[in-house]
Amino acid sequence: MTEFLQLLFQGIALGSQYALIALGFVVIYKATGVINFAQGGFVLVGAYLAYNFNQTWDLPFPLALLLAMAAGALLGAIVERLLLRRMVGEPVFAVLMITIGLLFVLEQSATSMWGFDNLNLGDPWGIETVEVADLNLAVADLWTIGLAAAAMAAFFAFFRYTATGVAMRATAVDQEAAAAQGIAPGRIFALAWAVSGAVAALGGITLAAGPAQLAPGISFVALAAFPAMILGGLDSPAGAVLGGIIIGVTQSLTAGYQPDYAEWLGTNFHTVMPYVVMILILLVRPYGIFGTREVRRI
Amino acid sequence: MARARDLHVSYAQHVRLVSSRWMAVGFIALAAAWLLAPLVLSEFQLDVGSRVAIFALGAIGLNLLTGYTGQVSLGHAFFIGTGAYAAAWAGGDQGWPLWIWLPAITLLGTALGAVIGPFALRLRGNYLAIVTLGLLFLGEHVFNNWESVTGGGAGRAVEAETTIGPLDVTSLELFGAEFDREQSLFWFIWLLVGIGALVAKNLVRTRPGRAMQAVRDRDLAAEVIGVSLARYKVGAFAISSGYAALAGGLFGMLQRYISPTEFGGQLGLFLSIQYIAIIIVGGIGTVFGSILGAFIVGAMPRIIESVSQEQDIPFVFGDAGGQDGFISVFSLNQALFGILIIGFLLFEPRGLAAIWLRLKAYFRSWPFSY
Repeated sequence: MTEFLQLLFQGIALGSQYALIALGFVVIYKATGVINFAQGGFVLVGAYLAYNFNQTWDLPFPLALLLAMAAGALLGAIVERLLLRRMVGEPVFAVLMITIGLLFVLEQSATSMWGFDNLNLGDPWGIETVEVADLNLAVADLWTIGLAAAAMAAFFAFFRYTATGVAMRATAVDQEAAAAQGIAPGRIFALAWAVSGAVAALGGITLAAGPAQLAPGISFVALAAFPAMILGGLDSPAGAVLGGIIIGVTQSLTAGYQPDYAEWLGTNFHTVMPYVVMILILLVRPYGIFGTREVRRI
Repeated sequence: MARARDLHVSYAQHVRLVSSRWMAVGFIALAAAWLLAPLVLSEFQLDVGSRVAIFALGAIGLNLLTGYTGQVSLGHAFFIGTGAYAAAWAGGDQGWPLWIWLPAITLLGTALGAVIGPFALRLRGNYLAIVTLGLLFLGEHVFNNWESVTGGGAGRAVEAETTIGPLDVTSLELFGAEFDREQSLFWFIWLLVGIGALVAKNLVRTRPGRAMQAVRDRDLAAEVIGVSLARYKVGAFAISSGYAALAGGLFGMLQRYISPTEFGGQLGLFLSIQYIAIIIVGGIGTVFGSILGAFIVGAMPRIIESVSQEQDIPFVFGDAGGQDGFISVFSLNQALFGILIIGFLLFEPRGLAAIWLRLKAYFRSWPFSY
């Protein structure tokens, strides 16, 4: 039982990271209909910026975190304005490939600036753990869950209560009707990318914090957030959070039990578990838990 | 009555393979270049040439799926890997002769595509890219763990049979002259590219090909006029996978050693992206563009690598100039692909093929501009 709870806790922490990244995907998809493969690049650059502010410029960690999120938002808005704005109305394939091209450019820009070595993010949590009722809880994991929960609360409050948030939702539902009400779609698109960039930076920092160190590989962890997004439904923020947690817990439980109970599946099976879940979901419920069924009109 | 050269009066004339005398001359020139290249090029150039050919073959397949049917796949590398391992098993472990294992792995790729296709193509557009991305990671896991066939994480040697009757495609003996491995493989692989291009070209100008293009242009309209979406999407996926498996088998044969990281995970994604870059740079929806793009994208990394070993490239470290500069050769290559993709999509979305067609149109009506 203790082992189960331990794995569950780790799974929730991992799932919160996926949820943050998936949230970034969903914001952009809902507002602009683009699946942003470059999200992993934002995650990576955000984490490295936090490292830079904290370790190189000696700013306190909370300030570095906020600055990295602000820089992530700026990066997102710039990318939207320079690249994606030109692609409005182009085929889905072309837009998708632009974001993939961007992923490679961002990744390699990060590695050429900060190198390939594992870096210590300099977060105040380190490898400390606290013991609660036989469970060993990593402080970094607790903070990850807390920060993710705070970010999600802020996120949902923003979309529910602020005029800008409502304007974004309106644009997502019907672009023309929103424009007729005086909402500028261009600004909303840029804003969606900015929000996504900020969330991605936070996701990157939680990925690189604690015992896991900062290395270029974290942009690939972001790809495992795709199954979370599919599971929750492409256009549902709540779905992204739930999907992230489910995927995280499944992955953590697989890592804990599969070597004992299903050894024939091979070593490191847990790394591909998110994709297995994704394929199963596509079989039984292709539009995810909360996703909108696509309606086609002739 | 004189008639303009490019006036087509029937559909058959419009889709003819060789539509003008100049084109016939062009094909003969290409065939001559194919015959003569191994006699004049260096070993390194021939090796790069053979790799370009393998890229071209895989890209023709991807173009049938992405360019002609409009479905995005990031899983091309998975089928390439499958082909490479199948070649190692069928041609090496089982010792099947070349004329059996080569068609066999192509069929295996096609069959696998037909089995996976219905899952991946159940949803439209964006979903397919994500599902096929999952395929890369699942594939890497299988390649890593199915040790009896794949040799596990360390990879395995590919010692496939290379003879067709009296001919050994890795050391041809023709008219009393002996040719070495690079020369022989260059001829053999480019011959297969020629056949593959012909098959693809013929496919797209017949009924299934037109159905595929209808699905790409407007799937709803295609469905309304009686094109079965599932059938043609899955069909295109299967054929594209077949081409990929064939290219993979040849890759294994050329390289003689394969390992899971080449086809799965991070580098697998990079390989898939390379293929997509080829068709974007060359021209989406053209067979000829796939080959054109392969020359640029397939040869670029090898050429940059070999240049970097000999001289100092500005801003690059790890080259012959030492540790100055800020970007490594590997990073430079990857970033260049990203920039190529973005640049072409923004400024020339129809690729080099479009530039070529514009040039042709310009000279056809020369000296008039219309």
